[in-house]
Amino acid sequence: MKIRFQRGLTTARRAGYAVAKLRIAAVAIAAAFSVSVQAQTEIQWWHSMTAVNGEVVNDLAKNFNASQKNYKIVPTYKGSYDESFTAAVAAFRAGNAPHILQVFEVGTATMMASKGVSVPVGKIMKDSGEKFDPKAYVSAVAGYYTAPSGEMLSFPFNSSTTVFYFNKDAFKAAGIDTSKAPGTWPEVALAAAKLKASGHKCPLSIAWQGWTQLESFSAWHNVEFATKGNGLQGMDARMKVNSPLHIRHIENLANMAKQGLFVYKGRANTPEASFISGECAMMTTSTGFYGNVKANAKFDWGLAPMPYYPDVPGAPQNTVIGGASLWVMAGKKADEYKGIAQFFNYLSSPEVQAATHQRTGYLPITTAAFQLTEKSGFYQKNPGTDVGVNQMIRKTTDKSRGIRLGNYVQIRTIEDEELEQVWGGKKTAKEGLDSIVQRGNELLERFEKANKKS
Amino acid sequence: MEKRVVFRSAWLPWVLVAPQAFIIVVFFFLPAGQALVQSVQQSDAFGTSVEWVGLENFRNLWNDPTYLASFYTTALFSTLVAVLGITISLMLAVFADRVVKGTAVYRTLLIWPYAVAPAVAGVLWLFMFAPSVGVVSYWLQAFGVNWNHLLNGTHAMTLVIMAAVWKQISYNFLFFVAGLQSIPKSLIEAAAIDGARPWRRFWTIVFPLLTPTTFFLLVINIVYAFFDTFAIIDAATHGGPGKDTSILVYKVYYDGFKAMDLGGSAAQSVILMVIVVVLTVVQFRFVEKKVNY
Repeated sequence: MKIRFQRGLTTARRAGYAVAKLRIAAVAIAAAFSVSVQAQTEIQWWHSMTAVNGEVVNDLAKNFNASQKNYKIVPTYKGSYDESFTAAVAAFRAGNAPHILQVFEVGTATMMASKGVSVPVGKIMKDSGEKFDPKAYVSAVAGYYTAPSGEMLSFPFNSSTTVFYFNKDAFKAAGIDTSKAPGTWPEVALAAAKLKASGHKCPLSIAWQGWTQLESFSAWHNVEFATKGNGLQGMDARMKVNSPLHIRHIENLANMAKQGLFVYKGRANTPEASFISGECAMMTTSTGFYGNVKANAKFDWGLAPMPYYPDVPGAPQNTVIGGASLWVMAGKKADEYKGIAQFFNYLSSPEVQAATHQRTGYLPITTAAFQLTEKSGFYQKNPGTDVGVNQMIRKTTDKSRGIRLGNYVQIRTIEDEELEQVWGGKKTAKEGLDSIVQRGNELLERFEKANKKS
Repeated sequence: MEKRVVFRSAWLPWVLVAPQAFIIVVFFFLPAGQALVQSVQQSDAFGTSVEWVGLENFRNLWNDPTYLASFYTTALFSTLVAVLGITISLMLAVFADRVVKGTAVYRTLLIWPYAVAPAVAGVLWLFMFAPSVGVVSYWLQAFGVNWNHLLNGTHAMTLVIMAAVWKQISYNFLFFVAGLQSIPKSLIEAAAIDGARPWRRFWTIVFPLLTPTTFFLLVINIVYAFFDTFAIIDAATHGGPGKDTSILVYKVYYDGFKAMDLGGSAAQSVILMVIVVVLTVVQFRFVEKKVNY
């Protein structure tokens, strides 16, 4: 009876192995071919980019391959972030991992803790003798992927952050000034009340609730989300999201939910559709939503910085990053690492960076790329595209540098579960946040214990 | 007279059984054994460090109040799915059995949902009940029901139960139709001549003769509710709101495949294995006594 479920398990695993085997065959054939034709080294790159972003990945590989003769980058789409991560785990266990793996920010702590799985990017750049200056990268972005020792562990590829979108047509209908977006939470509540009075059914909704309302909210107000610099300084970090400020904010949102000013529309990015359809007039979500709104929204809209509480000292500080970075897997040949270093160098050049940033809406990862984009007049022609950048390109503090916790995937789910109970009125803000802290800490303790010994 | 076929050869029976035995060992026993081993281990996602931790994975589960709460959720979910699934399909089968014209059409339509993948079933029901765009939630609104399974646990539970039952009705229906067809018409006619009305005929003749089928389906449906429904839940509610629809097997799936905690996931699947073995034994020991073969 167990049987039925186990069968599912094994099938999935077997499928993984079968794919792995096919890969081996494909790589072997490809290798045999390329050796005979030209001595080109192939570098496998597994990613999770679709649509416009997927095209960008393919173009990056194509242009790099055309720029030199020795190496060939082979990008492969491996499904969503967690799917490609699972696939890479299976491949690694079978001794057949790709060279470069794109890992979402939530998986960063897991990658760091898994010793012998990856090679630090800093080391690869140094060994290959490529020119490499960690200071060239935007510190809020690069700092997240840097070890306490100062060594850059993974290469920041696509970084996003949290921003605020609003429907200008709905604002006009409710008689709200659209020249300036509501910049603070009291202003958001006021706008929501006016929208509701004008008959709007969903004044505000929130995507990625844990990320936008707890994680980024903490950094934006310069308060700790977790101890030890939000986990960046060590694995013994513990959650701190039940601070008075957190409770105040979640309580406010819960009250707005009760009055129908904030309407809960689901986990992850599910709520985004309700902004595009015009159902919800305001939304906090990722900068990565920009392209979708631009292509599909049939109304006048605006993009603005995240709202904050004006009475909190130090706010607004900076928002935290989301998105993904590129990890170099261990156990490959020295020559292949050289090729990877060359490729990363290519990706960091201001021209390539600026073009990628402008096409995708993801943040520029080097300051030079930002300046180049600014000079080209891109931000004037596309208002709002610089909001995310300006929120990030600031001097970060220990409380705002980013959040990097073990078992983060599960902690995100705990945030979802507890916040849902607050929105539904089953728990008070304090009860929900206390529960996040308690359940989160159990996972953090377990992660610390499991990774200390190795 | 000896009716059984007796093999003279000592090895031939073994050879004939071998392929099936091989499949059972490779696909059922080995993975189950692996789960047992992994349940007393902890490893990082990539399996670079594996450590024997004894019963720690089980202790962690025991100390997790949300895990204990999901036993209640699972019991509620499984009972409702099994009981509703069997009752509704029995009703449909009895009605379909009486249909004179177009039997094939009715049956085909009723069997159809079985071909739908669980995740697709979940999404299908999700669309119909989506708070803002769903057809059904729109109708419900007209009746004054403010449907919102995103925040209302009862609504969410109702949604996943409906999807899970709908998915399983075809299977149950198929067995009930076959069971009904094997009941001799003469018995029912005799009862009718004696003056028994349809309701009485059903309870005194048809249903007792269907008990073997019903018992078989009870076992199958409980197993289905326990193991095969995680895709429906993943697609429809992700176990939410809170943990209101997070049944045991969903957590096994989530911890193993999303969170990469293989030890914890294996420990949970061992617990599930024990529960279902116990349930099945109980069913065979006690419920089966009421079955007329």
